[in-house]
Amino acid sequence: MLKRPHYIALGLIVFLTVVILNLPAKTSARLKLGLGSVFVPLFGLARSVQQTAAKTGDAVLPRSELIREKDALRAQNDELRLQLMQAEGMVRENERLRQQLGWQPHKNWKVKPANVVLREPSNWWRTVQIDLGSRDGVKVNFPVLTPEGLVGRISAVSLTRSQVALLGDPSCKVAARVDNPSRDTGVIGGSGPLDTGIVEMGYLSRTADLKPGQDVWTSGLGGIFPKDIFIGKVLDSRSEDYGMSTTARVKLAANLSALEEVWVMMEP
Amino acid sequence: MSWLNNIFVLVAAVVAVFWEAAFNGVRHLVGVQIDLLPPLMVYAALSGSLSTVCLLACGGGLLFDSLSANPLGITVLPLFAVGFVIHLWRDLILRDQPFAQTTLGVAAGAGVPVLTLLLLLTIGRGPRIGWGTLWQLVVLTLGSAVAAPIFFLLFEWLQKTLVHAPKVETSFRPDREIRRGR
Repeated sequence: MLKRPHYIALGLIVFLTVVILNLPAKTSARLKLGLGSVFVPLFGLARSVQQTAAKTGDAVLPRSELIREKDALRAQNDELRLQLMQAEGMVRENERLRQQLGWQPHKNWKVKPANVVLREPSNWWRTVQIDLGSRDGVKVNFPVLTPEGLVGRISAVSLTRSQVALLGDPSCKVAARVDNPSRDTGVIGGSGPLDTGIVEMGYLSRTADLKPGQDVWTSGLGGIFPKDIFIGKVLDSRSEDYGMSTTARVKLAANLSALEEVWVMMEP
Repeated sequence: MSWLNNIFVLVAAVVAVFWEAAFNGVRHLVGVQIDLLPPLMVYAALSGSLSTVCLLACGGGLLFDSLSANPLGITVLPLFAVGFVIHLWRDLILRDQPFAQTTLGVAAGAGVPVLTLLLLLTIGRGPRIGWGTLWQLVVLTLGSAVAAPIFFLLFEWLQKTLVHAPKVETSFRPDREIRRGR
């Protein structure tokens, strides 16, 4: 049934697949970059369509709605400025006390805004692509967050785009701490294929005192994510490995399925 | 016009991959993104030559992997396997029938993701799988079943619009005309 051209095609494709899968990581990444550039015209097209749609939406928005929104934003801005003033006082006090104790001063976060331009086309990974690349100073492993909380880390960088491995992806593990009296620490790992807002926190102590609603923050262990970035809240917990450890389910603060703008922490 | 068909298929692959990465309406609705490459492969295997199947498997697979966290090249072999099998049996398939197109769409929609997952597990890359993967496979299969006949209609329309219809020979021959005299 199989003829000579069939054997040749089969052999060629198998050979090509084996060769490409065994390419060195650097070459493979460059090849991915080159192939990804095919989509550049479509990026431009999609962006201009979105901008036109947004402009059309802006044009038909009633003036009364804009004024109401402006008033609400002004009130929120005043409130935030007051909170900032209070926080700055606390920061100054904190720095002074740290200096007196001889502790290292806190580093300020340097963040850069980015737009989410593409989502993972396959269903078994959880990544997005953003419009910041190596020319903007982005490097692999830089943390990515939103005002609500942690989102993930940079997993690959090209000149103009970067891939972000989101929380719950097998390649994004985060050392985390629960905000409870015993300050239990664990590792945020993967999640189910359909859970976009819930991740599992494993490696918790078997005596961990976990209650639903407790806050989960980055612990700073591991060296990738700095300390005290909000991740989410504990949903529930269960005993694992015949009672040797505890695993908790954590509801993420950031809505990963509706990401549009994110912040990249440039110098963690 | 096989070269034109190849170009149509490749352009469709580029647009399909971009659509999967840029538009998330279906993902928001059912939690799963539909893959359009398997139904496109059904069309390529039934309407094109073996070179079209190879071209789509390599081009589409590599483009898909370039926007994904997949290892580069992992999608090529599953796409080709599905296209190759359909191409081998194409003479026995009623390719113009929407039922046959839908059935093959179901088979391709289930076959490609399962083979890709098996390959990923074989090379030691642990993807996110669980009971929810069954739901993903159901949606991918249904999506492919719906998309396959649509691709056939779309390409038929494109061929009609952009390619000259072949000149049909009539049975009339001037030298065999019966001339009636008085």
